[in-house]
Amino acid sequence: MSLIRLEPRGQASKTMVYVTPLLAVALTLFSGFILFLAMGFDPVKALHAFFIAPLTSVRGLGELVVKATPLVLCAVGLAIGFRANVWNIGAEGQLTLGAITGGGLALAFYGEGGWWLLPLMVIGGAVGGAVWAAVPAFLRLRFNASEILTSLMLNYVALLLLNYLVHGPYRDPDGFAFPESRLFEADAVLPILWSGTRVHLGALFALFAVAGGWLLIARTFIGFQIKVIGLTPAAAGYAGFDQKRIVWLALLLSGALAGIAGMGEVAGPIGQVTASISPGYGYTAIIVAFLGRLHPVGILLAALLMALSFIGGEAAQIAMGLPKAITGVFQGMLLFFLLASDVLIRYRVRFGTRRAVA
Amino acid sequence: MNDFALIGPILAAMFAAATPLLFAALGELVVEKSGVLNLGVEGMMLVGAVCGFAVTIQTGSAVTGFLVAALAGAATASLFAVLTLFLLANQVATGLALTLFGVGLSALIGQGFVGIPLEGLPKLYIPGLTDLPVVGQALFGQDIMVYLAVAAVPLVHLFLYRTRAGLVLRAVGENHTAAHALGYKVLRIRFLAVLFGGAMAGLGGAFLSMDYTPMWAENMTSGRGWIALALVVFATWKPVRAMLGAWLFGGVTILQLHVQGLGIDVPSQLLSMLPYLATVLVLVLISRDVARIRLNAPACLGKLFHPDA
Repeated sequence: MSLIRLEPRGQASKTMVYVTPLLAVALTLFSGFILFLAMGFDPVKALHAFFIAPLTSVRGLGELVVKATPLVLCAVGLAIGFRANVWNIGAEGQLTLGAITGGGLALAFYGEGGWWLLPLMVIGGAVGGAVWAAVPAFLRLRFNASEILTSLMLNYVALLLLNYLVHGPYRDPDGFAFPESRLFEADAVLPILWSGTRVHLGALFALFAVAGGWLLIARTFIGFQIKVIGLTPAAAGYAGFDQKRIVWLALLLSGALAGIAGMGEVAGPIGQVTASISPGYGYTAIIVAFLGRLHPVGILLAALLMALSFIGGEAAQIAMGLPKAITGVFQGMLLFFLLASDVLIRYRVRFGTRRAVA
Repeated sequence: MNDFALIGPILAAMFAAATPLLFAALGELVVEKSGVLNLGVEGMMLVGAVCGFAVTIQTGSAVTGFLVAALAGAATASLFAVLTLFLLANQVATGLALTLFGVGLSALIGQGFVGIPLEGLPKLYIPGLTDLPVVGQALFGQDIMVYLAVAAVPLVHLFLYRTRAGLVLRAVGENHTAAHALGYKVLRIRFLAVLFGGAMAGLGGAFLSMDYTPMWAENMTSGRGWIALALVVFATWKPVRAMLGAWLFGGVTILQLHVQGLGIDVPSQLLSMLPYLATVLVLVLISRDVARIRLNAPACLGKLFHPDA
């Protein structure tokens, strides 16, 4: 028999739920150390440039919030779905649609905006994202098609649609054929919350999403149904919970939040519609959701950490010439280590052979 | 007259475009038959693509390149296998992690190789046969990997349905508890299946970077790994149908390239949506028949197995 084996715990360990994300971060940093060493960089310097240096300036802290904003918005919605076994991995596409619809409104009312334009763009972005997410919901419930594959396929479709629009209908008429829209007017740009940085009103939306997501999960009957469906679908069936309604809710809600995130990008740090509005926020949000234990508050912390991996990647590229692709490797490794160490929540590691059958 | 002359090249291009999908889908089919759902196909393809390309550039040998690509795909898959089989991690989440990791890792490995051209594989030429009108080039003028992918179809079929090992693999996928009770090593069998899936995905990716569009670009698989996953469902877990599905998607990919050539004025971005929309459509058509899916899907697909529990 093997020398190391896993023994099921009677009850899931509450401590480990909080310990494993930290363990995963530690293992990722350690692997990063080895990776930098192998690539011929001074690992201490590189890790400092990646994870510490960006936090030493006001601008860096601001960028942290700017990047965490779309991550939180996307991940809060995704987490609600993941809890109910609704695997929406189309946040990237839903975010893109939010940018298309929200940004489209800014362009449609160019030169005739007012105080009402931003609220309208928020609603437009939310509707755009929700409509995009409604497709996998409908296809799963009506035709039994896996929402994993359909939501993912729609990511590619959304990106191509965006690409088409900025080359065609959205293109700046005075812009020398560059594939980007006009710069939004002041009425269509989210106000800056923290002067000297790019932190915009979207950060408040993200905080609202955290609070709202927490209320929904912890304090409502719908939240209770979501948790039961996720843990034991059969029990949810016996209890007569309307599972279809939960699938609709999870996808529409996460789509709307991702849509708001996309609208926040074009009306915030970007200020116009371009062909690339997201460095993969919708995909990173999946990692954020898991790292945050599918809990809104955990997601907030996880989003800040993943935001750091984005700006750290950029900073280390500038400071030391580290390849930017390292960000993706770090993000993937982190999720791997987290999933691996999560075994400790439900199992104990035992050394030596088994003595008696329990 | 001209349209007719196009059919030959279109057919030939269709088979080539289908090849990466066919490799990846056949691999994933075996994985799923053993009861494991590995959503990391896209990541494994990318790692295979970049490793095959880099090794071919450095050694000058395409054979070595493909071998290393298969090994690299299997090595990436082994991460997934260790996590899901031995550390009991959720298969959906781990598969997503594998894809995200593969995207990052391949970009990191490939940063020094962007923009370097590579000569594709030589095409077969059989005097007489290759010169046949319409079908000559499509059937007798491809390169070796296209034929290997097609040859893998009956091999996988024979393995699954005509060998003892294939029977055991299917048994593990249908009912792991019973297979375990009969003394079969469920985890070992699944581990090997996942490695095979990784190797096939690696080959599919390497076909893209070394032959189909002989160059390396970040994210160059552009969703083909996910389309391969959809193909397995479309094929209702049957190898021959996976081949037909791959040809269908190869056709859609090629169609999109030729529509513009025919002078039809549709923006290229909208045409590029076709393979993805076709995937959704095909999934819907096949999945709506719940009974058929339930009958054909391995009963233990995606379920965790712990021998002590």
